[in-house]
Amino acid sequence: MQNVATRRDLMNEAELQRQSREFLTAFTRAAESGSTDLHAAVWTPVRELLQRVSSSRAQQGFSPSETATFIFSLKQPIFTQIRRTVKDADGLASETWAATTMLDALGLYTTELFQKNREELIIRQQQEMMELSTPVVTLSEGVLALPLIGTLDSARTQVVMENLLQRIVDTGSAIAILDITGVPTVDTLVAQHLLKTVAAARLMGADCIISGIRPQIAQTIVHLGVDLNTVTTKATLADAFAVALRRTGLAITRVGPPAAGGARSRADGEAKA
Amino acid sequence: MERIPILKMGECLLVSIQIDMHDRLALQLQDDLTQRIAETSARGVLIDISALEMVDSFIGRTLGNIAAMSRVLDAETVVVGMRPAVAITLVELGMSLQGVRTALDVEKGMAMLAASAHA
Repeated sequence: MQNVATRRDLMNEAELQRQSREFLTAFTRAAESGSTDLHAAVWTPVRELLQRVSSSRAQQGFSPSETATFIFSLKQPIFTQIRRTVKDADGLASETWAATTMLDALGLYTTELFQKNREELIIRQQQEMMELSTPVVTLSEGVLALPLIGTLDSARTQVVMENLLQRIVDTGSAIAILDITGVPTVDTLVAQHLLKTVAAARLMGADCIISGIRPQIAQTIVHLGVDLNTVTTKATLADAFAVALRRTGLAITRVGPPAAGGARSRADGEAKA
Repeated sequence: MERIPILKMGECLLVSIQIDMHDRLALQLQDDLTQRIAETSARGVLIDISALEMVDSFIGRTLGNIAAMSRVLDAETVVVGMRPAVAITLVELGMSLQGVRTALDVEKGMAMLAASAHA
């Protein structure tokens, strides 16, 4: 039965045999009770086992049909066994029918579990991505930067806004730079989200500068008729940082020749009041 | 009836809202504050809302109105210490208080008023 859908690249033979043996033991014990209701208490060990199997398959990258084949591959040996033990035609038909119904139900149950596991995986990854992709970094005393990566939808804007405002309170920063270099497209909705964040920061007493506006995005913004007049905008993060330093009364000066070694040179300037 | 105290500091009036605002209290503050600005001919008003946890559109509008009225009486208003949740709420309500100046805390707000008084 292992030969039907063995994926030796994803799991080894011994593991598969162990799972099959465990399943057969649990299945036999449940089937002996005569109950055909999958949600009955006697089937609990089988359900738990299938839960484990399908969740591990989902993580290992099996396809749904490969996972369901774990159950459906049982049909052939079971039918062979039935044909060997039951001799009269009527008995054979009814036994085969019962076995088919049972195995189909189990197979569908496995697919359902597989689907659920995959969905949980996707939701978890979405959450992780959301948390990962909204860091707020301190560039200098009183200057925060928010490098935005990826598409800005309402849910992400909410997280971004909350993170930024909280950091403004924590650090007492009066200037925040929103860098949209990593935002692939800016439509009216994204622009509206950005403006909302800027307005909220302003209400708390912090000024926002939007930087990292690529030429195409500048064109799109104007064509869409988005009004960014109330916000300071700069082409690059460096330009925005220069503005922020000027507003906070700081300046960067060179104190010596650039250190030798090109790529490994340290920052050669330092902020001076 | 409870009242929000208005403190005079030099040429400025300091209002610190320490309790949850309800509508009548907001209107009372509007009355008292305009009265005090006229009496003291104050040049600046600083409203500290760092303890304010909840706002609705009425409170938001009243804050905007107070700022506009102070400007008419030649006093500049700075709202300081707004909490993140309050800021998000106001923005979601579509009120970005365009005419009101804001600062992070009382210290920065005072500096802002002092700077505009010397200008």
